[in-house]
Amino acid sequence: MEEVIAIAIGVLAASGTWLVLRPRTFQVVMGLCLLSYGVNLFIFSMGSLFIGKEPVIKNGVPQDLLNYTDPLPQALVLTAIVISFAMTALFLVVLLASRGLTGTDHVDGREPKE
Amino acid sequence: MNLMPHLIVAPILLPLLTAACMLLLGEKHRPLKARINLISTLLGLGISVMLLLWTRHQAIPASIGVYLPSNWQVPFGIALVVDHLSALMLVLTGIIAICALLFAMARWDRAGASFHALFQIQLMGLYGAFLTADLFNLFVFFEVLLAASYGLMLHGSGKTRVSAGLHYISINLLASSLFLIGAALIYGVTGTLNMADLALKIPLVPEADRGLLHAGTAILAVAFLAKAGMWPLNFWLVPAYSSASAPVAALFAIMTKVGIYTVLRLWTLLFSGQAGASAYFAGDWLIYGGMATIVCAGIAILAAQRLERMASLSILVSAGILLSAVGFAQPNLTAAALFYLISSTLALSALFLLAELIERSRSSADLVLEDDAEPQPSLTVTPPPRGSNLDDEQKVVVGQIIPWTMAFLGLSFIACALLIIGMPPLSGFIGKLSLLNALLNPLGLGNATDTPISTAAWCLLALLILSGLASLIAFSRMGIQRFWTPLERPSPILRRIECLPIVLLLGLCVLLTFKAEPVLRYTQAAADTLNNPERYVMAVIGTRPVPSPQAKAASMPQVQP
Repeated sequence: MEEVIAIAIGVLAASGTWLVLRPRTFQVVMGLCLLSYGVNLFIFSMGSLFIGKEPVIKNGVPQDLLNYTDPLPQALVLTAIVISFAMTALFLVVLLASRGLTGTDHVDGREPKE
Repeated sequence: MNLMPHLIVAPILLPLLTAACMLLLGEKHRPLKARINLISTLLGLGISVMLLLWTRHQAIPASIGVYLPSNWQVPFGIALVVDHLSALMLVLTGIIAICALLFAMARWDRAGASFHALFQIQLMGLYGAFLTADLFNLFVFFEVLLAASYGLMLHGSGKTRVSAGLHYISINLLASSLFLIGAALIYGVTGTLNMADLALKIPLVPEADRGLLHAGTAILAVAFLAKAGMWPLNFWLVPAYSSASAPVAALFAIMTKVGIYTVLRLWTLLFSGQAGASAYFAGDWLIYGGMATIVCAGIAILAAQRLERMASLSILVSAGILLSAVGFAQPNLTAAALFYLISSTLALSALFLLAELIERSRSSADLVLEDDAEPQPSLTVTPPPRGSNLDDEQKVVVGQIIPWTMAFLGLSFIACALLIIGMPPLSGFIGKLSLLNALLNPLGLGNATDTPISTAAWCLLALLILSGLASLIAFSRMGIQRFWTPLERPSPILRRIECLPIVLLLGLCVLLTFKAEPVLRYTQAAADTLNNPERYVMAVIGTRPVPSPQAKAASMPQVQP
């Protein structure tokens, strides 16, 4: 499972980085989105990956580290998701304002000279 | 009534509540909102000053106040901590905020929606970032202050602002991603995010994981250094700051200092002398990165044509000096750097406000917004215009009356320039002098040392003087262009409320000059606390949660017999 997650994070981060370096604002937004997905998965994987383990103490399950997974990264991911979601929305508004004011969707606000 | 430790959380709650109230008020009632904002900001400054006095009056080991917002034992719950450095930054933030707000109340707060609410949220993020003792909580407060700063950055709208804001936002979103990756790596290696707990765990990290830990902290540092404006992570800063509206840019002068504060806090805590194999990790990067920043910004300042741009580049110069000085991990140098930080932040903030007033007198036609658009035609010889007293009718040559506004602007400009260049007699000089002194006497004045002064210290010494020279050239040229060229133009109309913040900021710098000794003593205490992280760690780890009423009642009968 580690390999699958690692590849997923790598692909997301690589495509995100490529898109962020593109000249159109919408591509940059998509790139930032993909990067934040990659980062969220990365935080998640830092709490060690297990299948079918409880994050919160449950009756009947012995209370040791073998039977539980780390709940903290999951809480952190939740915060990070909310924040990146809000920031993406805000960035979209700025993108539209920039498009309206400059008449182009180039990140510099003007088309490069031919 | 004993307010401590509850006072520690007040600087965060107060702006949050004020912002919430102002959002409820809706779009109207601007004068009312301005008044609420001013009262709340003044209260925030009052609280910060009380915290500062508290840390100052306590004996050294007890001068660290800890507050547990959720009443959990330290590594499990988040903690807020106030010590000498935090209290100093809080007061500085409060002062800058008051001045920026007074300036904005004259006319800038009408330029867009929700200025006052965003302003308070920005303050909440700043206060929170200076108070928190938890890495993830620091991320949250960073996001709060960034979110508000995006709004403020775009305040007033306009093409240049929006396209500079677009770059500013995307860079900061990328930096936030790096922040999260770094924090996650550190958590993966050490299993904790509390700064004090991290300081305890880092010497115990097994050798196999140390590379991962260093990679994590380096990634984290990239996020902070991008905020602090270290070369080559600072290309976003100059366009963003110089296109922001004046009061916002003045408030942003403290934002690069947030980056420097976090670097100083985390680096001295995580990689102190007690950190075993990780002691002083990457200190050279700070020293030489800071120097590269000084060089690049110093050269760029010579080429700057607009006053706002020059102010932004001066922020970079001071950021470079501070980062480089922090990297030496030398208590008396850190103390001098903190003094320099106070003086330069106040002066730069005043310069941003002043720049707008000076540029206002120039007509919009000859206002060149982009440096690369057109060079200023200032070096060409212009025929003497009619208003000048070059008299060819053989009449009595009468001296022109300088309007008070121009006199005020000119004198304030000179004071700002002296402060930023670091020339006597103002506090900028004292700051630079104590930096030079600390570089030449690593053990303090009077303690003769046999160890030679390192090459890095000589380089920084030379750069300090050369960057001062570059600023001197740039500022005198700007002053001559703006004040001495006999171009006929109306002197700007200034309101008293717009002059007040500039007078306040410069007056504080003058006060700082006269009160340099107690301030330097205070910054020395702050540097000593940073240099002995075990005090901070013990204070934070040793704080016990307040027992619940039931637990108190249960423990009572045991005490009585």
